[in-house]
Order: sequence, then structure tokens, then C-alpha cells
Amino acid sequence: MPEQETAAHRRTPAQEVAGFLRDRQEQIAQRWADAALFRTVFTHSRDEAVEAGRAVVDALAAVATAEAVEDAESGGFHVVRDQLARTAASRARAGSSITDISREVDALRPPVTELFLAEFPDAPAEHVRECTTTLTVLMGTLRLVVLETALSEGEEVIHRQRLQLLEVATPVIKLWEGIVAVPLIGTLDSARSQVVMETLLDSIVEQHARFAILDITGVPTVDSLVAQHLMKTVAAARLMGAECIVSGIRPPIAQTIVHLGIDLSSVLTRASLADALAYALRQQGADIVAREGAGSEYR
Amino acid sequence: MQTAGGVSACLPIHSDLDLVWVRQHVRQAAAQLGFGLVEQTKLVTAASELARNTLIHGGGGQMECAPVAAGGVQGLRLAFSDEGPGIPDLDRALMDGFTSGEGLGMGLGGARRLVHDFKIDSRPGGGTTVTVTTWLSVPPRPREER
Repeated sequence: MPEQETAAHRRTPAQEVAGFLRDRQEQIAQRWADAALFRTVFTHSRDEAVEAGRAVVDALAAVATAEAVEDAESGGFHVVRDQLARTAASRARAGSSITDISREVDALRPPVTELFLAEFPDAPAEHVRECTTTLTVLMGTLRLVVLETALSEGEEVIHRQRLQLLEVATPVIKLWEGIVAVPLIGTLDSARSQVVMETLLDSIVEQHARFAILDITGVPTVDSLVAQHLMKTVAAARLMGAECIVSGIRPPIAQTIVHLGIDLSSVLTRASLADALAYALRQQGADIVAREGAGSEYR
Repeated sequence: MQTAGGVSACLPIHSDLDLVWVRQHVRQAAAQLGFGLVEQTKLVTAASELARNTLIHGGGGQMECAPVAAGGVQGLRLAFSDEGPGIPDLDRALMDGFTSGEGLGMGLGGARRLVHDFKIDSRPGGGTTVTVTTWLSVPPRPREER
């Protein structure tokens, strides 16, 4: 490189790109507003899209100034991370796949490169090449950030749904004075069984329950871990003075438990929830009998 | 060997969620091959035990599921393998009530009783592979003492 290059060309490629982004912020934002990514998200007004574009250009300029064009964690991106996440989420809701979104972010690059090349028609080719490479890397990092936020948004949703399931799937129902029941549904992993135990023990105290029925009709697989959880729950309820009945043991499950070799003889079991309720009522001195004079149709 | 679509698979076992996936796949595969509800449930339960062993004792691994046929009888074979520390004393591990963790100690022995064929291959430090097969109807042959 000759010694007598102009001041502008002594800037590093990243600084050059940062300066360009700042100078041409408005033009880039205007062009982006017509790109699929912004156009489809900000459908109400074009001004909104331009505004969003300006914020992203600002962020990119900040990242370039920090000489961190390859760093997706760069502080410059923090400002627009939420906005990018909303954009990605909005595209995902509209049915775009991650690949679609990636392609749409990629489509933001050509207009910027075009503007950049038009800006420096006379600069040394070597310098321009370095700068466009830097710009390309920067836009690649932007794409990475968008995809990252899109994916973490998905993980967030899954996590929330898991938590919701924990709560939803374990209602404790008061069947009668002193009798509560938990209809267990789905997989009884450690986290779920812990929630079941806690809510059941709480409701035993609240309802002054003497009988607690654990109905496993909705549990597809009873292996040794599930059995262990059941036995622990039964033992804990017993310590609190409530008798536990496990109901809803279907024939295949019963045969499997026998083959598995698990000894459930310490646990009171009944085939159906109705049997368990009838047992608990009888233990309390109540019986379900047909009303006198009620016809046989109610039998 | 006849392969039914969707039965053959290799599933990773690295988390609780993978166990759910394993159970669902085995249930579907068994149903597809025409297993009755009882055999389905037994096989799924055995798979659940073995997959959990792979996860907890083996530090994660995988399950290979494949349909097999012998003497005109169809069956489903599941192979659980890990690269974990292996089982130092196989006889003791298969004993009911023996546990190296906090479980009931019924997993390995119980799983063996839930399937027709059970093979375990383990070297200390060399990982463990447990292969189980359940047949659609047991071919007539002398039964080994279990």
C-alpha cells in the first residue's frame, strides 16, 4: 500500500463500514422497508418499517464501531434484540420456517452492498474488497442473531408449555366430605410426580381428607420409577393420616406390574375410580343405595 | 426379514424427554407389528426401564429399534447402548432389589421378565448394550429358566 493514501482509507474496514452505515442510515432503511422481512411484518405503515430499519442499521453501525462484526453477542445487538425477536416471531406465526426467515434476512444484504459500492467508486480495489467482506460478515452475524432469537423464542414457548402442563395436569378434586382424588394423566416423570405429591398433601390438609384416591387411568406406562413415585406418595399421605387408594389399574398394566416384580401389596388398589370411591364411602360409614320406590331404570 | 415402515429407528437417549419419545416409538412400532395390548404394554415398560438405565447409569446413549423374523414368527428387537462405565457384576445387577442408585432395583431384572429374549453385553469401562426381543407368538422351544 502506498504511504500517501487519503485519511479515509487509513480507517480499518470495520470503521469504514460503520461510517458508511451511519451516513446512509436513511437510504438503507428506506430500501429495507421494501424488503420481504420488513414489509410483511410491518403491514400497517411503511413508516414503522423504516423506523425499525433505522434501529437495525444503528445497531449494525455500533457493532462495526466496536470492531466486533463477527460477534453475535456484541453489545450493539442488545438494543435491537427484542425487536428482531418480535420480527422473527411474527414471521414464524405467519408460517415461515427458519430457512425462510434466514433467506429473508439474507435478502437485506444486496441493497446495502450496492449502496456501499456506489459510495466509493474511486477507492483502491483492495480496500473496497476488504470493506465489502467486512460488511458481508456483519450481515451474516445479523442473520445469526435473528435466527438465535427465533430459536430461543421457540424454546421459551416449549418451556412455558411444560410449566403449564405441570400445573394443569394435577387438579385435586374433592369427591365427598373427607375424600379427595387426583386423576393422573400422561407421563409421571420426577418433576410431575413431585408436583402431584405436593398438591395432594396440601389438599389433604385443606380438605381434612381421610381418603385420597390416585387414579392412574390416564398413565400409559407404569414402570418401576412410576411405581416408586406412587408408593412414596402413598407413604407420605399415610404419614398425614390419610389412606391412599390407587385406582384405574387397567388389565395390561396389572399384568406388567406383576411381571416387573413390583410389590404393590402395601398399597390399597381398586380397578376403577368408582370402586375406590365406594370403598372410601363405606369406610366412612356411608353407603350408596338405591332410593326406595325409584324404578329399576336407575339400577 | 420383513421391514415395516416406521418401525426401524435409532433414537437418542439424553434426557427425560427422550424417554417419552422412546416409549411412544416402541408403542407405535409394537402396535404396527400387531402386538396385543398386554404385550405392547410389557414391551413399552421394559423399554422405559432400559432407556432410563441408559440415561442414568450409562450417561446417555441410544436405542435401536428393528423388526426381526425367525421361523416365520415376527418380533420386535430393541437394543439400548451406552458408552458408560459398564456393569461390574452382571449377576448382582440382575438381582431384584439390587440398586446402585436410588431406584427400586427392579429395572433390569424386571425388564428381563417382560420380554422373551434378553441379552446383556457389558464390560467395565467399555459401555453396556442390552438387547431385548419380543415375539408376536413365542416359537415352540424349550424355555430357559429365568
